Amino acid sequence: MGTDRHSEQPRGIKAVGWYSVLITLSAIILFPIYTTIVRSISSAIPYINSLKDGSGLVPVAVDYGVFGRVLQNDRFVNAMLLSAAISLIIVTGQVLTSTLAAYAFVFLEFPFKKLAFAVLVGTLLLPIEVTIMANIETIRDIAWLNSIQGLTVPFLASAFGIFLIRQAFLGIPSELRDAADLEGYSHLRFLFRVAVPISKPIIGSFVLISFLGAWNQYLWPRFAADKESLQTIQVALRNLGKSEITDLNFGYAAALLSAVPLLIILIAFQRQLVRGLTAGAVKG
Amino acid sequence: MTTTKNRRDTVASSRKRWNESGLALLFLGPTMAVFALFSYYPLYRLVYFSLYRPNRNSFIEGADEWIGFSNIWDNLASETFTAALWVSAKFTLMTVPLGLTAGICLAVAADRHLRGIKIFQTIFSSTVATSVAVASVVFTTLLQPENGLWRDVDWLSLNKSASAIRAISVVAVWQNAGLTFVIVLAALQAVPQEIKEAARLDGYGTVRNFFSVTVPMISPALMFLAVVLVVNALQAYAQFEILQPVKTAQPLLYKIADPDGASTISTRAVFSLGLFGVTILVSLLQFNLLEKRVHYGN
Repeated sequence: MGTDRHSEQPRGIKAVGWYSVLITLSAIILFPIYTTIVRSISSAIPYINSLKDGSGLVPVAVDYGVFGRVLQNDRFVNAMLLSAAISLIIVTGQVLTSTLAAYAFVFLEFPFKKLAFAVLVGTLLLPIEVTIMANIETIRDIAWLNSIQGLTVPFLASAFGIFLIRQAFLGIPSELRDAADLEGYSHLRFLFRVAVPISKPIIGSFVLISFLGAWNQYLWPRFAADKESLQTIQVALRNLGKSEITDLNFGYAAALLSAVPLLIILIAFQRQLVRGLTAGAVKG
Repeated sequence: MTTTKNRRDTVASSRKRWNESGLALLFLGPTMAVFALFSYYPLYRLVYFSLYRPNRNSFIEGADEWIGFSNIWDNLASETFTAALWVSAKFTLMTVPLGLTAGICLAVAADRHLRGIKIFQTIFSSTVATSVAVASVVFTTLLQPENGLWRDVDWLSLNKSASAIRAISVVAVWQNAGLTFVIVLAALQAVPQEIKEAARLDGYGTVRNFFSVTVPMISPALMFLAVVLVVNALQAYAQFEILQPVKTAQPLLYKIADPDGASTISTRAVFSLGLFGVTILVSLLQFNLLEKRVHYGN
């Protein structure tokens, strides 16, 4: 390796070596995705029959129509729309409540501030996995099982979101706050005209993380709703295409299509997503 | 500046404080309401259900029945709980070290200037965007006992409890590797070029360089990952439900969520508190063990 700090780009044989390593690793990571694509475009019965004497690694009796059938399937469409609606409610709710709460912690003086903060930190020890059993009882008591409220309200606040946005607000120079004071800005005006616009990148990262969490969650929607019409896509995936053996490829196609929105987000907003995921893990 | 500030503070201080308290209540209200109802109230209810058997019979009026502290000890010592704890512990031990190692390797491989490196970085991070449910369905193409590609690989068979945990671990390792990759890559890219350079000039070899310079620099990220991945593994559920045709391996969450209706409310409440305790204990232990080795810098 050269001593010049800009000569880091490997060349020649070294570059070839690294490319083969990277391509091999990519092949390993993508292998299960590849087999899922093969399964989804292969007609179910011919594929299963082919397993006896084939590798199962190549598509059999290719039928791309399966994706069209998934997109026209009421249950799939309904589950996707429900997931979208629930995610939208949760993300909007979390961004709103977290922004307001973060503002209170950074810019407002009030009694029991330390206690309020401790309450916040404490919720990190009480994830839905720990509380699910009691929470299901609670929403049963108030008749929220199988309802949009039941699927969303428990997630309308986020300690992670508050910490993240609070960190952004803490970075706002105090001169700006003082200037706004002299201009006679009210808190609301300062919040929406200065604090939020300045913190847009962080809030953007939080929107992505929040959406990822809301769209991907499984445990709560699995138990908070048992009606088919109130199954999110993650829950519906478990049973899609399980009823008919000729439909076995249907479930795989549905799983792939359900991941497309997230894949688009991952590619389009990679930087922001990484910033959100790494918040707290990497200093600086 | 100080004088302006002081004057402003003294003149309007009490009125402002009063106003701000009202505003703070308004701003914090929604958050606190959600946390009160869905984080702390359930904690109270878990303790209550552990000590009282709720009267669920709407035809007979009656108070909930006190079953006492013995309900807690008996259930924590029960075969059901210890077996589930064992499944979760094995799953954690199989998925966290392997996932971490795999993710670190991916990050080290992809942390270099090469044409098209972004494509590889996107591929390596793609498992972050797949939900546990999608990942589980994806891996049924390999693990399904009848027609998965690995149906003849005995040590990954979903039909027996021990091998089922291994099989399900494969999915979690795949996902953990992606998350580890994303976070470690970001940490590696945050290591100042001068430090890597200085180590190289000191004549450190690549391997020694990695362990004595790079690892300490990214240790906060590794610490964070260790805690997050362990907690996730202890609380895993979806993979176990989606992948197994017959639920031979049942982790803690399976007993808590109890899709088969096998346990009473009071038993599941104790299990939930058990998970709560185990999670806190393991996190504290990790902090104590790892904290000394973490280099936070300034």
